[in-house]
Amino acid sequence: MAYEVNGQTIEHDEEGYITDITQWVPELAGIIAKEEEVDLTDEHWEVIKFLREYYDEYQIAPAIRVLVKAVKKKLGPERGSNKYLYELFPYGPAKQACKIAGLPKPTGCI
Amino acid sequence: MLHMMNKSPFERNSLDSMIRLSKKGSPVLLLEDGVYAATKGTTVADQVTAMVGDHAVYVLGPDLQARAIGEDRLLDGVTVVDYGGFVDLVVEHGTTQSWL
Amino acid sequence: MSEEPDLHFDTEGIKKKFMFLNRKAPYGTVYALEILEMVLISAAFEQHACITFVDDGVYQIVKGHDTKALNMKNFSPMYGVIEMEKEDADGDEDEDMVWRIIVEKESMEARGLTADNFSIDVEVLSSAELADVIEDMDVVLGG
Repeated sequence: MAYEVNGQTIEHDEEGYITDITQWVPELAGIIAKEEEVDLTDEHWEVIKFLREYYDEYQIAPAIRVLVKAVKKKLGPERGSNKYLYELFPYGPAKQACKIAGLPKPTGCI
Repeated sequence: MLHMMNKSPFERNSLDSMIRLSKKGSPVLLLEDGVYAATKGTTVADQVTAMVGDHAVYVLGPDLQARAIGEDRLLDGVTVVDYGGFVDLVVEHGTTQSWL
Repeated sequence: MSEEPDLHFDTEGIKKKFMFLNRKAPYGTVYALEILEMVLISAAFEQHACITFVDDGVYQIVKGHDTKALNMKNFSPMYGVIEMEKEDADGDEDEDMVWRIIVEKESMEARGLTADNFSIDVEVLSSAELADVIEDMDVVLGG
């Protein structure tokens, strides 16, 4: 199982999470998002960018409430909510957004 | 706070750490391989005797029997409890810390 | 596995003092990572927390871990999340939540370390001071 990006093959697991997180490229986000039926907007990209930066620093995906807080700071209070994140990523900001951002599947549910 | 230790004092530093970090007056229960700490004539006997001065020290009877440790071999001031006594200690003191 | 159970924990208004007592070195056994994950999960429940490092546990937060050659995850950066949670708790004026990151002085010195060796800011307490803190806890978890 693999994604094809710019002629490059990127392996993924049975749920679609890429197996080598160092292989992620921005084009891949578009490909995974398409399979997830998500149209990527600038708002989606803010979340993806935050997830990747956070993971890069702490080697773990943020807790939902940390993500909510970060989005609030970046995009304004009306968007700093669980509801808003679920509108962007209907299958869950943790699972779905992490998959698109090329991070491992979060282990916890919070 | 009930402090419990289930490791032999000759295998690792659990006894030292428990003595250092338990407040005077809080009870101590020795169980499993921790019961070896309560025996006479060992290199840790002085430490445990000092501990008996600062804490109520209990030792779990079934673990003594399994290891062929007669009560005559226990340091003075150590109290033997059975499983019922173990439960009473936990209920009475609520919070526990296990020194592994 | 894929089915998300609908669980709801109402912990609002319940606040207890938790201590996470780290006594084991990282990588050699699984204790350090397990306790770290427990701390990070518990952060969501907004409880008081003391994350404490004694004995070989102080090795968990030493700077400069590099596990590439071991082919193991370097979880050292994850302690930064604890530091951030503590800053959050400190900065939140509406909440009375208290987070502390504590190292026992005797354990640190026995290993030839100083607070400068650690990757996160810590409070260094003597054994006697730490014994008082432990006695004051509602729950102590660790290994």
